[in-house]
Amino acid sequence: MSDRFSLGRLWAMVTKEFVQMRRDRMTFAMMVGIPLIQLGLFGFAINSDPRALPTAVLDADRGPFGRAVVAAMQASSYVRVTGLVDSEAEADQLLAEGKVQFVVNIPPGFSHRVARGERPPLLVEADATDPAATSGAIGTLNVLAASALDRDLTGPLARLKPSPPPFELRIHRRYNQEANTQYNVVPGLMGVVLTMTMVIMTALAVTRERERGTMETLLVMPLRPLEVMLGKIAPYVVVGYIQVAVILLAAKLVFRVPVVGSLGLLTVASVVFIAANLAVGFTFSTVARNQLQAMQMSFFYFLPSILLSGFMFPYRGMPAWAQAVGEILPLTHFLRVVRGIMLKGNGPGEIAGEVGALFLILLIVSVVAVRRYRRTLD
Amino acid sequence: MSPAAAIEVEGLSKSFAGRVAVDSLSLAVPAGRILGFLGPNGSGKTTTIRMLCGLLTPDRGRGTCLGLDILTQAHAIKRQVGYMTQKFSYYEDLSIVENLDFVARVYGLPERKRKVAAALERLGLTDRRRQLAGQLSGGWKQRLALAACILHEPRLLLLDEPTAGVDPKARREFWEEIHRLAADGLTVLVSTHYMDEAERCHAIAYIAYGKLLAQGSVSEVVAEAGLSTFTATPAAPEADMAALARRLSGLPGIELVAPFGSALHVGGADRDRLLASLAPFRGDAAFAWREDAPTLEDVFIHLMGRSRDNFAGAAPP
Ligand SMILES: Nc1ncnc2c1ncn2[C@@H]1O[C@H](COP(=O)(O)OP(=O)(O)OP(=O)(O)O)[C@@H](O)[C@H]1O
Ligand SMILES: [Mg+2]
Repeated sequence: MSDRFSLGRLWAMVTKEFVQMRRDRMTFAMMVGIPLIQLGLFGFAINSDPRALPTAVLDADRGPFGRAVVAAMQASSYVRVTGLVDSEAEADQLLAEGKVQFVVNIPPGFSHRVARGERPPLLVEADATDPAATSGAIGTLNVLAASALDRDLTGPLARLKPSPPPFELRIHRRYNQEANTQYNVVPGLMGVVLTMTMVIMTALAVTRERERGTMETLLVMPLRPLEVMLGKIAPYVVVGYIQVAVILLAAKLVFRVPVVGSLGLLTVASVVFIAANLAVGFTFSTVARNQLQAMQMSFFYFLPSILLSGFMFPYRGMPAWAQAVGEILPLTHFLRVVRGIMLKGNGPGEIAGEVGALFLILLIVSVVAVRRYRRTLD
Repeated sequence: MSPAAAIEVEGLSKSFAGRVAVDSLSLAVPAGRILGFLGPNGSGKTTTIRMLCGLLTPDRGRGTCLGLDILTQAHAIKRQVGYMTQKFSYYEDLSIVENLDFVARVYGLPERKRKVAAALERLGLTDRRRQLAGQLSGGWKQRLALAACILHEPRLLLLDEPTAGVDPKARREFWEEIHRLAADGLTVLVSTHYMDEAERCHAIAYIAYGKLLAQGSVSEVVAEAGLSTFTATPAAPEADMAALARRLSGLPGIELVAPFGSALHVGGADRDRLLASLAPFRGDAAFAWREDAPTLEDVFIHLMGRSRDNFAGAAPP
């Protein structure tokens, strides 16, 4: 007559949920489809190391070195000169309208000053609203500055050849000072996909029972709330891991994101995050009256998760209140963990704080969920 | 008060949004008996059953099921009670055998496989075991539900309209099964709308608009109602039974007028006034009159007419 938690009853729930999941084509499709679709969509943006970016040249110098620099840029294939402009105003206009990505501004007397060894500045203005679009090109430009004039610096000017480059390349990022690196996105995507699918799936779990009338059977059997909750959550942990595997494979093989840290550590950390999301979903399903409401609540949760977690916008750039909201979202902490492990090679020591935060969230949400789970039909 | 009572509740009340669904209901069912629970739609049968097995918390009242307090020991009650819901509430996306397996696992039954196989055999479900519950016809669903709720060998069965929509042969088998279970010592509370099923019970309880109006064996309930009934049959070709029914209904002392084929069944609780009202018609040679024993149905219709619908006219919350 044990009144306490029973593994047998938990196992009953788990096997039932697994069979139901197997029969539910829609859930199955969501499980595999969502990571693939998201990867496809975001992957496009990630893979943006775009070439042949439209560029305007403002050549106030009209000397040989200016032309040589422009020619070298074009040869790099990152830049395609689409026009020559005569004034700063005209250049600004083109940038503002988005007609060009870069304006190469060769100041008056550039060639002259290069020849005198003064290392004059060469200004490149970049439309950095989409940093991913420009970062590749800018990186190349920097390298280019060192070698663009190699052929032209002959005779006495040859002494200018070795680094530092004969002119100073100044890059102005316009409109957006921050530049997310592309590698941020794929690891982040793992957190986003998990948040979306895990929350929705469990949010529907209890409401579905209620809508189909099976709740009455479930309630009249001697099941404890914790057994029901864990039983409903456990199968989806497996689903979550399948998704993690899909995304990691894609990150490595398709997007070539370097994985510096330990995959084993990432696997362990992920389980806490997956469980936290499932608990959030389960809580929703104890509150929602029907599946539609559960779905709406999931999306309501999904939006701040995407916007305030540091996935879309740099966390440090957000106002304090938004950061505070971000702190209570599991995704925020998981992003730090996953980026830390994959990109920085963080070990257990470095991620312990964030995993601890995830644990705390999991604990609090679980307590709320079990409390909210109604044992009667009242 | 007797230790052998399987159900003993007092003054159970339950309201939904201020509307009374069950009104201080007291009920005692001795162990090993079959109690028929009858009453019109919306009278509170399902609500009462749910309070008995801990699915609803009563607003007022107290009581025990199998000696366990329904307010504080719901979890322990759940282990020993089998509840068959009015609406099918097993998993339609699981097969018959998967549903039974699930139930057996939840109750932690030893020898699960053997018990599930035995339950399938007992209810004739073996050939269909792999069929999804959602694809079963109504009658087969009921059989599955019964098989599932007796799987853990409960001591008390609460069956909420178990035979609704079941064909006569299956119904008969169903009742044979219930009697077999009762013979094994099980107590059964079964709600139904069928009079023939009520007569198969050891005792019946009649509830209308949340109030318990009658309780006892069928003959006790019939006797207690004190009804007198008469049947008129046409004795001449010109006998107009429809006109007779129209003229009789509404007369003092006449509470029920019901045609049965070409015969007309008339009755009331106040024998003197009934006889006075019938006197002019009994003299009419077109009809042959005979007094007969009131049926259970007569009693129920009479009881229903006397109770007031406490829900009628109430605005939705
Ligand atoms: N969850 C609920 N919320 C609000 N009202 C309810 C609820 N459950 C039952 N009721 C109301 O309580 C009353 C009694 O309902 P109940 O289901 O117990 O009747 P019943 O005797 O089982 O009827 P039937 O023979 O049709 O099954 C009805 O008027 C019903 O509308
Ligand atoms: Mg009912």
